[in-house]
Amino acid sequence: MASLIREFVTSEQIRGFPEVWGRLSRHRAALVGLGIVLALGLAGALAPFLTPHDPIRQDLNQVLLPPSLEHPLGTDHLGRDLLARILYGGRLSLFIGVLAVAFGLTIGVPLGVVSGYYRGGVDLVVQRLVDIMLAFPSFLLALALVALLGVGLTNVIVAVGISTVPRFARIVRGSVLSIREQVYVEAARAVGAPDLLILFRHVLPNALAPVIVQATLSMGITILVAAGLGFLGLGVQPPTPEWGAMLGEGRLYIFHSPYAATFPGLAIFLAVMGFNLLGDGLRDALDPRLRGIL
Amino acid sequence: MSGLLRYVLQRILALAVTLFFVALVVFLLVRLLPGDPARVIAGVFATEEDVQRIRVQLNLDKPIPTQFAYFLASLLRGDLGISARTSEPVTREILSRLPATVKLAAASTLIAAAVGIPLGTVAATKAHSSLDFAISALVLFGISMPVYWLGIILIIVFAIHLRWFPAAGADQLSSLVLPSLTLAAFSVAFVARMTRSSMLEVLRQDYIRTAWAKGLSELVVLYRHALRNALIPVLTVIGLQFGELLGGAVLTESVFSWPGVGRLLVDSIFSRDYPVVQGIVLIFACLFALVNLVVDVLYGFIDPRIRYE
Repeated sequence: MASLIREFVTSEQIRGFPEVWGRLSRHRAALVGLGIVLALGLAGALAPFLTPHDPIRQDLNQVLLPPSLEHPLGTDHLGRDLLARILYGGRLSLFIGVLAVAFGLTIGVPLGVVSGYYRGGVDLVVQRLVDIMLAFPSFLLALALVALLGVGLTNVIVAVGISTVPRFARIVRGSVLSIREQVYVEAARAVGAPDLLILFRHVLPNALAPVIVQATLSMGITILVAAGLGFLGLGVQPPTPEWGAMLGEGRLYIFHSPYAATFPGLAIFLAVMGFNLLGDGLRDALDPRLRGIL
Repeated sequence: MSGLLRYVLQRILALAVTLFFVALVVFLLVRLLPGDPARVIAGVFATEEDVQRIRVQLNLDKPIPTQFAYFLASLLRGDLGISARTSEPVTREILSRLPATVKLAAASTLIAAAVGIPLGTVAATKAHSSLDFAISALVLFGISMPVYWLGIILIIVFAIHLRWFPAAGADQLSSLVLPSLTLAAFSVAFVARMTRSSMLEVLRQDYIRTAWAKGLSELVVLYRHALRNALIPVLTVIGLQFGELLGGAVLTESVFSWPGVGRLLVDSIFSRDYPVVQGIVLIFACLFALVNLVVDVLYGFIDPRIRYE
């Protein structure tokens, strides 16, 4: 994969990486965001070592307990350890976020490239398509898709992923429109380089910066939307630990114990904030001109 | 004014085209459902005759293009079909719930403008101060906060512990407070962020420097010259975030048992009442499009420099 990426990325951009990292590492907010994201990823990966509890095993003698040494965040209405469920749930939230954004990229980026590079009729059709998708508020689109496709992990990923497509398509189109007018693209065309080569070697690598930023910000949005579906009971189904669903269940017991509804929400909030901070930082580090556009 | 009229007509035409495709998408989505749509619409407990009756009633026995023509024709008459759950007309069901949602959305939009614009303005005029930093942090919180979690926290603090406001329902004016604050949080942050960057942009302009040079007071420069110009992009943002607001309303209404369209949508999804789901998605998309049309037209009144060519 790495060699593949290197092949597509021009030498100019490989030289650019230390510079971008340099700027990012001086960006305090971005580092905090990166820290949060890495910590959540590690917490999910190392979940079995961080807690002795099983996230699914019920213990009806220990329901809705407040935080204690045994259960650092307390237990839920079925006596399950909240910390364990949040750690394992983080795996799922990040997994959904990554796959949904990957889905959005896989469809949105080619749409945007084709639309911006070929312009004309293709552009018109793609842009109308984007307009129609943007006519649905994104949470509503995801909700309607899940209502039709049915609940479950795959459908949630598809539904949330589709709602990120129009934004990627629009952003990529914008960059490609300006890149295709650059002298180096004209030069490549003049020496007879085929379209595909021009697209992958010259256009795409230079259109990457806004895509990376948008993908990072989208991670936050997809986690928020997927957890929203889970909260309504339309996401990943119980007993699988998922932050949104945990919050939805916990809310029924807030009169007895606030913990089961408080901690999963805090986890969602932290994850979304982490990606927002990182996205803002990446935008400043990759291309400060994007400020205000993304 | 004739330019404006032509512009409005153009926009309405473009809107009609978009809404036509929106209707097509919604129509096709329900048809693409696995299985027999008549059976799905009839519900799990329907008899064979019920299914056949619905098939004929909804023209499901005809070819797809004919079906779509019928669908469009009834849409234009304001007929969204019959609810599978209550057997009431979908239009009536939605209309009876719409005022509650509009009330919630309007209150939240007002809060967003009333809080977000001053916050953004202060942040921009005191850029890079600790006050600006504090407002940025607040904005980050608002944008990252899951609306459903904020609602629960507000219920725990203000309804259960302090007992200031009711936790659910919409019987009295005080029940509007927590839901509208919950729904507004994201928009407040969004509007504040946009106002700040728009204001910073305007403050760099020559005419602001001229205004300062003339010796005008800070109040006049900032509010009469800068803010008025900075608010134009903010208006767009208020229009665009209306979509988020509608999505957020679905969640907020669920948290607070608010009797609006959003909760009707969730209930209908659970009872597989597809005609109602389809109707609400269409109505929300229309509302979103209309709000943005109104925003675009308002431009002309706020900013006389804009000519509608």
